[in-house]
Amino acid sequence: MAKHILSVLVENHAGVLSRVAGLFSRRGFNIDSLAVGITENPDVSRMTIVVDGDDYIVEQVSKQLNKLIDVIKLKQLDKSDSVSRELALIKVSANATTRPEIIQIVEIFRAKIVDVSKSTLTIEASGSNEKVDALEDMLRQFSIKEIVRTGTIAIERGNKFIKVNNKEEE
Amino acid sequence: MRLTGAQAVVKSLEKENVEVIFGYPGAAICPFYNALLDSKLRHVLTRHEQGAAHAANGYARVTGRTGVCVSTSGPGATNLITGIATAYMDSIPMVAITGQVSTELIGRDVFQEADITGATAPFCKHSYLVKNARDLPIRIKEAFHIAGTGRPGPVLIDIPIDVQTREFNFEYPENVDIRGYKPTYKGHPLQIKKAAEAVKKARAPVICAGGGVINARASEELTLLAEKCGIPVITTLMGIGAIPSDHELFMGMVGTHGTYPANYAVKNSDLLILLGARVGDRAMGPSGKTAEGTFIIHIDIDPAEIGKNIGVAVPIVGDVKAVLADLYETVEKGDTAEWNETLRRVRQEHPLKYRDETYCEYVKPQYLMRKLSEMAGGDAVITTEVGQNQIWAANHFTVRKPGTFVTSGGMGTMGYGLPAAVGAKIGKPESRVITISGDGSFQMSMQELGTIKQNNLGIKVVILNNHRLGMVRELQKVNYCGRYSQVCLDYNPDFVKLAAAYGFKGERIQNNSEVGEALGRMFEDDEPYLLECMVDPEEPTL
Repeated sequence: MAKHILSVLVENHAGVLSRVAGLFSRRGFNIDSLAVGITENPDVSRMTIVVDGDDYIVEQVSKQLNKLIDVIKLKQLDKSDSVSRELALIKVSANATTRPEIIQIVEIFRAKIVDVSKSTLTIEASGSNEKVDALEDMLRQFSIKEIVRTGTIAIERGNKFIKVNNKEEE
Repeated sequence: MRLTGAQAVVKSLEKENVEVIFGYPGAAICPFYNALLDSKLRHVLTRHEQGAAHAANGYARVTGRTGVCVSTSGPGATNLITGIATAYMDSIPMVAITGQVSTELIGRDVFQEADITGATAPFCKHSYLVKNARDLPIRIKEAFHIAGTGRPGPVLIDIPIDVQTREFNFEYPENVDIRGYKPTYKGHPLQIKKAAEAVKKARAPVICAGGGVINARASEELTLLAEKCGIPVITTLMGIGAIPSDHELFMGMVGTHGTYPANYAVKNSDLLILLGARVGDRAMGPSGKTAEGTFIIHIDIDPAEIGKNIGVAVPIVGDVKAVLADLYETVEKGDTAEWNETLRRVRQEHPLKYRDETYCEYVKPQYLMRKLSEMAGGDAVITTEVGQNQIWAANHFTVRKPGTFVTSGGMGTMGYGLPAAVGAKIGKPESRVITISGDGSFQMSMQELGTIKQNNLGIKVVILNNHRLGMVRELQKVNYCGRYSQVCLDYNPDFVKLAAAYGFKGERIQNNSEVGEALGRMFEDDEPYLLECMVDPEEPTL
C-alpha cells in the first residue's frame, strides 16, 4: 500500500503524543513512522507521521486527528513537492580488512563515520527513507550490530509554510 | 479573590450555571466536597459512581445542558468509565471531575491511584490532568465549552488533591479560544444547493434522523422540511423523538430491531438524507449495507462521521439545525406522491403487532408500552435499559417530543436506565419520568432506588420480568440452535418487596387485563413507584 506523509502541528503538552498514538491503535490504522519535535514556536510541536494505507485510510486518519483538541493543524504532504529526511545511526563490525571497504561505501552514500573502535564502525546517515534502506542493505554483509532510525521528517519545498496562524498555506 | 483549588472548582461550576452535580465522595476529592458545603450547588449522592455518570447523562438529555459528575480517584474514577463511554458513544455533553492523588505521588502506585486520563482517552472528547491550581478556571471553562459545543461529548478533569488545597487568586475567564477546536456550524452554500437539487429530482427520498437532530434541537426544522417536501422520515434508536412518533410521515425506527416500513424505505429509496446519524451497524448494517446504491446526502457537525461508514454523494458539515433552515429556504418539492402511497401501503401491510387487554397469560410488553404512552402524557420522559425492554419501548411507545426518549444507543449499557431516570427527573421535575427495565438490567443499578428515595423523586420503575436475559437468550435461540448459556435468572428477588424495603409503593401484575388499572394506580401521585410485569420468556423482540 502507498505511504503518505502527514505533517501535524500539535500543542506542546504532556500527553499529546499518547493521544495521537492511541488513536492509531484504537482505530486500527498503521503507522510506518512517527517523529516529533519542537518548532520555531515553543508552544507547538510538529509531528511527521508516515501512514500506510489507501486514500480512505488517509482521509480517516486525517479527520480523526483533526478531532483531537490538541491538534492545531494537519496537512498531507505531496511527495514530489516536499523534502523528506531520516537520520540513522548504524553500528557495524569492522576489522583492518573490512574497514576500507566500509569507508568507501559510506563515502558513496555521503554518510559519516562518527565513532570507531577496534572492532566496530558507527555510521551516521541521513537522507530519504529509501537511501537509508539502501545503505543498510549494503552494510548488512559486514554484520550490523545495531541500528537506530529516527523516522521520517518532512518539509514542503519553496515558499510554503505550515504555521499555526496562516490561514491557507500558499 | 483568594481561593483554594477546591473552592475555585465550586466557584467555576457556579459560573457555568451548573444546577446540579451527581457524585460520590472519597479521600482524594474531599477538599472539593468540603468546599461544596459553602455553596448552594445541589449535589445528588448516588449509590455508585457509574450511577452518577448515567444520572448526569440523563440530566443532559432532557435539559440539553451539560451534565456534571464527580468521583474520587482510583476505583471511584474507574467506576465512571462505563458512564463516560456511554456518553461518548451517544454524543452527550458531560463534564466528569475526578480527584487524583497528590501531584508528587503520581506514578508511584499509591493508594487509590489510577491513570484516569489515560484510561478514558478512547472515550473522552478531551481530558485534563490539572497540575497547577491557577489553571483550574480556564480548564473548567474549556471543558464546558468542549463538552457542550460542536458534536457534544464527555470531558474529564482530573484534579490532584494538593491542587485542590493550594490557594491562588481566582478569576474566571469570560471567553475561551482553543486554536485546535473550531467546529463548523454553517453548511457550505454550494453543498446545500446540490442537496436541494437532489431533493427536487428524487422520486423516493427518505430522511434518516439520528441523535444529532435532538442534540441540535432541530426537530422543528426537520418536521418542516419533511412536510414541505413530502419526505418520509425514519429515525435511528438515538433519533427517536426527533419527529413525533405519531406523525403521518414517520415510518419508525430503522435497523436490526427497527420496523419493516423503515427498512423498506431505506432499501427502496433513491435518496437518503442522513441527519446527525452516523450509519451505525445496528441501523444500516455493517458499512451501511442497507443503503447501498442510494444517493446519499449526509449532514453532520462532525466531519469525521461523513464517509466513515458509507460513501456519500453530498457531504455537508455543519449544525443540523442551521443547515436544515438553509435547506428549507432553497428546496423545492419533488414528485413523491407515488412513493408516499407505496409506503402507506407497506405500513398497512406490515403493522407492528400486539395483543390487547383480552390476553390473559402474561403482560404483553407491546401492549404495556402502548397503554403507557396513552396514559403517561406527552411530556413524559421514558428511560430504558438495554435488551428486549429497550426495543419494545422504542417501537411501541409513542414519543411525542425530542429529548423525552432516553436510552443508551451506541454503547448499549445495561444498568443505564434507572440512574438516567434520576438525572431526568431532576432535570425535568414537572414531567413524569418512567424507566423501563428488564429483570436483568434492573439488577445492574438497582442500588439507585436509594438515591431515588433519598431525593424523593417520583420516578416510576417498570420492570418487565421474564426471569431471563431475554435479548441474549433470543440470540442464542436463533443463532446458537437454542443452546441457552447463562441467560436464566431464577433467583431474582421479589422486586415489589425489594422496592418496599426502600420505601417505594408498588405492585406486580400478571396479564394484560390488569395493565390499565395498575398504570392508573401508578400515576395517581408523584411518588416513587415500582411496577413489576410478568412477561413470557418466549416473547420475541419483534
